[in-house]
Amino acid sequence: VFKRFVEIGRVAFISFGPHAGKLVAIVDVIDQNRALVDGPCSGVRRQAMPFKCMQLTDFVLKFPHSARQKCVRLAWQKENINEKWAATRWAKKIEAREKKAKMTDFDRYKVMKAKKMRNRIIKHEMKKLQKLASKKGKKPEKSEKLEKAPKSEKPGKAPKSEKAQKAQKAQK
Amino acid sequence: MAGEKAASEKKPGEKKPGKKKPSEKKPAEQKTGPKEGGEKKKRIRKHHASRNPVLARGIGRYSRSAMYARKALYKRKYTAPETKIEKKKKEKPRATITKPVGGDKNGGSRVVKIRKMPRYYPTEDVPRKLLSHGKKPFSQHKRRLRASITPGTVLILLTGRHRGKRVVFLKQLDTGLLLVTGPLAVNRVPLRRAHQKFVIATSTKVDITGVKIPKHLTDAYFKKKRLRKPKHQEGEIFDTEKEKYEITEQRKSDQKAVDSQVLAQIKKVPQLRGYLRSTFCLSNGVYPHKLVF
Repeated sequence: VFKRFVEIGRVAFISFGPHAGKLVAIVDVIDQNRALVDGPCSGVRRQAMPFKCMQLTDFVLKFPHSARQKCVRLAWQKENINEKWAATRWAKKIEAREKKAKMTDFDRYKVMKAKKMRNRIIKHEMKKLQKLASKKGKKPEKSEKLEKAPKSEKPGKAPKSEKAQKAQKAQK
Repeated sequence: MAGEKAASEKKPGEKKPGKKKPSEKKPAEQKTGPKEGGEKKKRIRKHHASRNPVLARGIGRYSRSAMYARKALYKRKYTAPETKIEKKKKEKPRATITKPVGGDKNGGSRVVKIRKMPRYYPTEDVPRKLLSHGKKPFSQHKRRLRASITPGTVLILLTGRHRGKRVVFLKQLDTGLLLVTGPLAVNRVPLRRAHQKFVIATSTKVDITGVKIPKHLTDAYFKKKRLRKPKHQEGEIFDTEKEKYEITEQRKSDQKAVDSQVLAQIKKVPQLRGYLRSTFCLSNGVYPHKLVF
């Protein structure tokens, strides 16, 4: 049921407070509500922090409880937590949200145009498939339908990825 | 006498440091005689010692009026040099003008006063107004411009017949209104004035540094013209007002001149032309206070 536990070395994401948005490692547990926490590679000083503002991630580091900052830092750098974090979907979603909020009016226009183009292409391919399906449906040749379907899907996917890239660039 | 003269002749060239020094320092000197005065008018005259002997410190022997007589000030009356303003004031303006007699008694001329006496005096005078300060007429007001609006900024018009259109800002005019252009070919907005308050400034900028805006585009150029010739003809009062606005050739040529330069810059930025063609609108879930423009 629960997969992520509060343990020594668990990397947590701070959701609110002065250090919102940063990663920390749990060094020790103080009592039921607070933990001693340290984020040497993310700019958080060693301090007590309530569990409520922490959200547990999948990463666990290996160091003994109450280890000093140097050890935490070494463990962090060995595991390359910063890069691993940036590769997670969680971090990417956060980044996308931030970019969307920063979009200017011109960016919004560009995104709108890119989306429109993308949807057009997709619709076009869909229509093509539907047409084929309806044509082949009349003729009793089901094998041909199966053959044609995967072939026409491939050209549909290629322009999709192009438009996705364009949308990302427009967001930037 | 000879000795005195010799002594005094030595000194005429000197310039005394304090011309109005009291008599205590130079008791024996006398004014260089009229000969000297006549010969050396250009050199600085030696000043007479005080003609008012001192009785005690701060108290002289003679009164003000006695001193006036002793110093012969009745002979020495100087006036300040006439300034240009006073000279101008001396020139009296023309009081009357002669006009020819027309109408029935044609020919001949009559004299007419230029400034006539008032034909009506009100029974109660206007009461004196209290002094106020800092109340300036509109023409002297300080014009401000938001920092987000710089030449070349794309603005979104919020009011007027072009509401929602995105438009390029050119410059601020003397009254504070913003001179703005579509350009016309892009979104049918001509060279026009817009009010700063009813405009959203986006962060998109077009490089307008090389664009030269003609100098005759001022507020007077854009001001609405009203025909005023009320001749009290009851039937036609409402017809004489200009109903249809006609685009003058000058406006067209100015529009072309400015737009050609601006369009060249717009074409350099990809998708900007399409952006200017589109209109701004809000939809569900879009809140202006959360948008970054």
